Amino acid sequence: MYEFEIATPTNIADAVAALAEEDAQALAGGQTLIPSLKARLAMPSRLVSLTRIPEMKGVCRADDGRLCIGGGTTHATVAAEAAEAFAGLAALAGQIGDAAVRNRGTLGGSLANNDPSACYPPAVLATGATILTDRREIAAEDYFQGMFTTALEEGEIIAEVRFPVPEASADVKFAQPASRFALVGVFAARFADGAARVAVTGASEGGVYRWREAEEALSETWSPDAIAGLSAPAEGMIDDAHGSPAYRAHLVGVITRRAVAAA
Amino acid sequence: MAQISLMVNGKSTSAEVEGRTLLVDFLRGGLGLTGTHVGCDTSQCGACLVHVDGAVVKACSMFAFEADGADVRTIEGMAGADGALSTIQQAFRDHHGLQCGFCTPGMVMAAAALLKDTPKPTEAEIRHYLEGNICRCTGYHNIIKAILAASGQDVSALAAE
Repeated sequence: MYEFEIATPTNIADAVAALAEEDAQALAGGQTLIPSLKARLAMPSRLVSLTRIPEMKGVCRADDGRLCIGGGTTHATVAAEAAEAFAGLAALAGQIGDAAVRNRGTLGGSLANNDPSACYPPAVLATGATILTDRREIAAEDYFQGMFTTALEEGEIIAEVRFPVPEASADVKFAQPASRFALVGVFAARFADGAARVAVTGASEGGVYRWREAEEALSETWSPDAIAGLSAPAEGMIDDAHGSPAYRAHLVGVITRRAVAAA
Repeated sequence: MAQISLMVNGKSTSAEVEGRTLLVDFLRGGLGLTGTHVGCDTSQCGACLVHVDGAVVKACSMFAFEADGADVRTIEGMAGADGALSTIQQAFRDHHGLQCGFCTPGMVMAAAALLKDTPKPTEAEIRHYLEGNICRCTGYHNIIKAILAASGQDVSALAAE
């Protein structure tokens, strides 16, 4: 690992100030960043640890009914504390990585990295959540901009995410057998007004996306049968040793039906 | 450099560490607690699991400076002061839950964390919980059996493999 300075701020303002230095990098739970540093895939001048900032942690319900989760909240905490208010999200958090990863990895870290196979992005996109940073609010629709690419500016920190809570939802993933990352993962949600939203991770070259054709069909009838005749286009799907674009496109249909059935 | 103070297996310790020093390197190289193993360089094997403030974590995927003020427990802290094996360790021995033993410290720490939250786990719950612990010898079966036995459950129904 290359050498770097460290900073351990205890509030968001100090963290933002510490990140102003050139090549400074935020360190959330470190479950992606630390392995990357070990492999010398990154060479920050300074790591700014976000784990000692109490205002970035915790799960609560806002007055408008949305579920608010601090960016520094671990997956294990979301799995435990969101279970009652938003079971679909808690279940998603409870199957990320493994137990040790869930005790360190955070919601904000996952979203800031935006790995094309990450578990949280489809839940954020499918619920139309809002990402609150140290400086502004970003709608999920505007936030995800392709693999490992987001609307975040240099040094911008995810303080909180606010999730509208669907009436029914489920996250189902088809795990790549070696890494256990999603080869295809789907978060399907039905809201009280009948609107259905479907977001897909792992499949597309463009990162997480909404499958709008399925959303339209499911908004009319919330049932796996409603989308039985639909097939996701293979164009733009990831092509690698684990699956061809056609295979991934096929899985998108299968996994979406399973997610609707499970919700 | 960072000055850190933490509890390790019930003893307080202070040290100066580099920012990039991993917790596992501090435990092994700094404190001589070599029971915590490093089985990979990619954060995938689970041999380095320790408890930090009661939560199981990969000591290879956390910096020593992040453990400042924490209460850390390693495999060396699992047996009694007189050397008597803990219930989980004894069960691994009784049920042949290890062969070469390299992954065992991580397995024991994972099992302890699981049983703290779920005192009577099912076989499926144990297998799910051990997703991040790799064993190249046993085929896992006797590890599952040992953890079931450590939780006080009957393991006679679990077929031998």
